[in-house]
Parts: sequence; C-alpha cells; structure tokens
Amino acid sequence: MSGYWDPHIERMPLKDLHALQEDRLKSIVHYVYDHSAFYRRRFKEAGVEPGDIRSLSDVTKLPFTRKIDLRDNYPTGMFSLPRSEVVRYHVSSGTTGKPTVVGYTKGDIETWSESLARALTSIGLGRDDVVQVGYGYGLFTGGLGLHYGAERIGAAVLPTSTGNTERQIELMMDLGSTAIACTPSYFLHMIEVAEKMGVSIRNDTQLKAGIFGAEPWSLETRKRIEDATGINAYDIYGTSEISGPLFTECREKNGIHVWGDMFLTEVLDPKTGEPVEDGEVGELVFTTLHKFALPLIRYKIGDLSMLSTEPCECGRTHPRIMRILGRTDDMLIIRGINVFPSQVESVLMKIPEVGDHWEIIVDRKGPLDVMTVRVELTQSGFSDKIADLMSLKKRISKELKGVLNIAADIDLAEPGTIPRSMGKAKRVTDNRKV
Amino acid sequence: MPEIKQISLFVENKPGRMAKVSKTLSDAGVNIRAMTIAEAGDFGVIRMVVDTPEKGYQILRDKGFTVSTTDVLAVEMKDTPGGLYEIVNTLGENRINVDYAYAFVTAKAQSAMLILRVDDIARARSVLGAQGVKIATKEEIQAI
Repeated sequence: MSGYWDPHIERMPLKDLHALQEDRLKSIVHYVYDHSAFYRRRFKEAGVEPGDIRSLSDVTKLPFTRKIDLRDNYPTGMFSLPRSEVVRYHVSSGTTGKPTVVGYTKGDIETWSESLARALTSIGLGRDDVVQVGYGYGLFTGGLGLHYGAERIGAAVLPTSTGNTERQIELMMDLGSTAIACTPSYFLHMIEVAEKMGVSIRNDTQLKAGIFGAEPWSLETRKRIEDATGINAYDIYGTSEISGPLFTECREKNGIHVWGDMFLTEVLDPKTGEPVEDGEVGELVFTTLHKFALPLIRYKIGDLSMLSTEPCECGRTHPRIMRILGRTDDMLIIRGINVFPSQVESVLMKIPEVGDHWEIIVDRKGPLDVMTVRVELTQSGFSDKIADLMSLKKRISKELKGVLNIAADIDLAEPGTIPRSMGKAKRVTDNRKV
Repeated sequence: MPEIKQISLFVENKPGRMAKVSKTLSDAGVNIRAMTIAEAGDFGVIRMVVDTPEKGYQILRDKGFTVSTTDVLAVEMKDTPGGLYEIVNTLGENRINVDYAYAFVTAKAQSAMLILRVDDIARARSVLGAQGVKIATKEEIQAI
C-alpha cells in the first residue's frame, strides 16, 4: 500500500520545489531580520541585507550560525518571537557545555509533526499500527516528537519512554506494538533482555519496524538488528535545534528524506566552506524555512554526511542525506589521526565473535595516545584455547587498523559487562588530560 | 563410552571473578573435582572437571557466563616417580599431541588423576589402554 502522507508536496517536481524554497528562503530572511536582534547584528557584521537574497544560490551570502551561538544567547536570546507565541520549550542535556534551549509556536509543532507524519507513512506505518515510543519524554525532543508524529498519522502511541525494559517487552507483546522508536543501542539491549525473559521478538511480538536514531549507527548494526529480529530497521535524523527528530529513510532504505519545503539543506566542505558534489562527504548545514519561534539560518549542525539530490525510487523528490557518518563533536584525534566512533562500530559489527556492545577508552601514556577498544566475546566466539583468543584479538586489531590507520589494543570482555544505555550510548571514555 | 566433559569459562582478569564462578557452582550444588586457570594478560580461561557437568554448564550459561564444554580424558597415574612419564611418553610415541593437562590427587583412590586434552581422544584412549593405563569413566569422576 505504501502511500504518501502528502503526495502533492512529497512528489513535487524539483522545479516547483526549488521555487517554493526560494520564496520561503526570502521570507524567512526578512522575518529573522525584522524579529531578531541577534540576526540583525549578524547580518550587519557580514555586510548582507535581506534584499540581497534574490535566489536560492544567494544563501551562501548569509552568515553561519552554530551551537555556540545558542549557548552564548542562553536561554532565549536567539528567539524571533516573544514568550506569548511560544507553546513549548525543549532543552538539550548540555553534556558538552551549557544547555541549549529551543522553542516552538503552535505552528512549529504542527510542522514538526507533519514532517514525521510523512516520514512514518514512508516506512509503511498508518492508523492500524501501534508505535511504541521508547525515546525519553521530557526535555529531550525524542519522546514527544515521535509521539506527536505517530498520533498525527492516527497510529496508537504507546509512550513507554526509556527504561524499565522488561515492562517495555511485556507491553510490546500485550498491546501488539508494530513499531518501536528508540536508540539503536537501547534496542540491542532490549533484544538481550527479551532473550533472558524467554521472549523472541521475531516470534512472540508483532514488531515489524524500528525507527532508530539519536546516535550514529552503522549499516552493520542495521544488519545485526534485522537478522536478530526480522524487523525492518530505519534510520531517523534530526536534532533539537532544527526541532527534534524529523526525517527518516523510506522503505527503500537508501537515504534519509529531508523535506525541502521545510528545510534548505547544504553539504559543505569543512575546510573551504564550498558546497561538495552529490555523494561527497561534507558538513551538514540547515536553514529552517518554515519555523518561527526559533528559525535558524545556515546552522552548522556538526554532523557529516553526503547529499543525494536525485529523486528516490519511492517517488519522493526531496533531497536525501545518505547516512550520518558522525558528529564533528564525536571525532577523536588520536596520535593526530581523526577517528570516528562510527568507523569503529562498522568494523566491529562485521566480526561475528564480537558482541553488540563495545567501548573506546583513550589514555595518554607518556607522550603517546593509546586507544583501547573493549568488546564482549560472544558465546559462539569463545574457544577454550588461549591461542585462538589471542589470534582473535590480533584479527580485530588488524581490521581496525585497516580502516582507522591506527593501532588499537583490544580487550576481550565478558558478556554483559560493558555498560548498556537507555538513551544515547556513551561509547567513548577519553582519559587524556589536555 | 561417553567422554568426560570439561567446562571452560572465559573470564576477565579482575578481582572477584573466580569468586563469582565458584559461588554460582556452589549455590547449584555442583562440586569441582579439578580445575586450572590459563591466564593471558587481561583475560583468562578457567577449565574444570565437575561432578555434574551438564548441570554446571547450564547454570553458568544461565548466569550469563561465556562457557563451553570440551571432551577430555581422565587418566589414573601412579603416585610415584615416573608416573607422568609413562603416560605422556606413550602418547608422544604415537604422535598424539597434548594441548594441555592438569592433575589432582584424590583422597579415596591411591593415585593421582591426570586430565588431558589431546588432539585425538579416541586413539589416545586405545594406546593408553594397550599400555594398561586405567582411564576413568564419567561415572567414576562423578563418584569420587
């Protein structure tokens, strides 16, 4: 059946979509200039006026914004509307600094829900589905975001939030959840807990789809999840600054549809700031075209990805980001070499002797950075001969070196000893004192 | 003849790990006959022969340990000089390789018991048997 939520918009010819984007870009630029002292100042510093933006390509004349701007203007200094227009706040956790506050008008919440309604429909969900929302409810955008999106398509929402995993699994069975939204690492934990309870997600539940995000995950992890449970695992993307979770892959699983009528997406070379070609890795930059409490102009979200502007097999014409390769914030520099935890994951998840959970520990010994990768040994990977285990360690190290160009010490850990997370997994411990 | 099942466990080299293993077995009423630890830096492998291997394996597995079973030979060894030589020399002359071995002395039997993991268990049994070496059965290990 796989229909569209809004076929007119989703399949809009590119020419019309670009015209719509151009109109909306021009008006949002005027809007922020008129409503926000922050943007007025920024535009003046950059020597640009709203009238200079006459076509889509003029977007490059506009100055960038960054997370640091939201922090510096904490709590609401970047807002374009007064409190009377705001109907909700969300606040980021601030693990890497001061928290950031985002706000929404009634219309902004509608737009956000609409974005997810399109996304959820594109993976085949509808009013007959039960969507279990295992993202945190509260200040985090994940829980409430998915909640509103799933309600909008008429699905029944089961708002379990995070934690209490055994109860989540019982409810999944009792209420017949057909889809679950949570972090991929939490779902892997759920699979483990279900097994311990004697529950097979494949045979004992009606789950058919997972909507996984809020942390980067690899295609290898997708394969593990799908092989273990028989569900379809879809990637979801979005951050609180641009609303929250907004976009997913469709059933083609070939890129995340970023709705062009709502956002203008650029992928730029991190060094030169110039746009990269389709398929080349660059930094994601979003301009919100239809968001009014806290519009963001050329916001450097800090994620690396690739863009495809080719219309998708599914018939949707909007651009796709091909997979989040990692956050620039998550990048480790070890002995001068850039290492993304997502690269480590994609290597590890190809090795059958290695379990689903892992962590990276970075230490400095004398002048040298030392990276240790801790992995859990699976039951089937265990040999009682020490030589076999030593050669497994060597093999993991060699595979990692092939991808990362850097040697890592491998620690084999007992199953269940690496911390499990309910929300975003903490994979990296950096003990270096800089 | 059913072989003796040795239980092998993967453990991290950390304080308290042995205690957790032995507590698990003791709570289940499983008695350890013989054991050895092979250590390799940050981890090790515990190998043991217990009175009820199926039960021991299952309880460890249920408790989340990484565990496997391996067929081993339990050979009675004279508790006198040369007792070990006779056994390993027979195996060596027959080109049977010993992967590892460990021994224990039993109170009842007037002899030591040698646990052997070899690359060809059936042939080891027959060449040792031909030399008059007594090989313990599963039941005998259980009954010690």
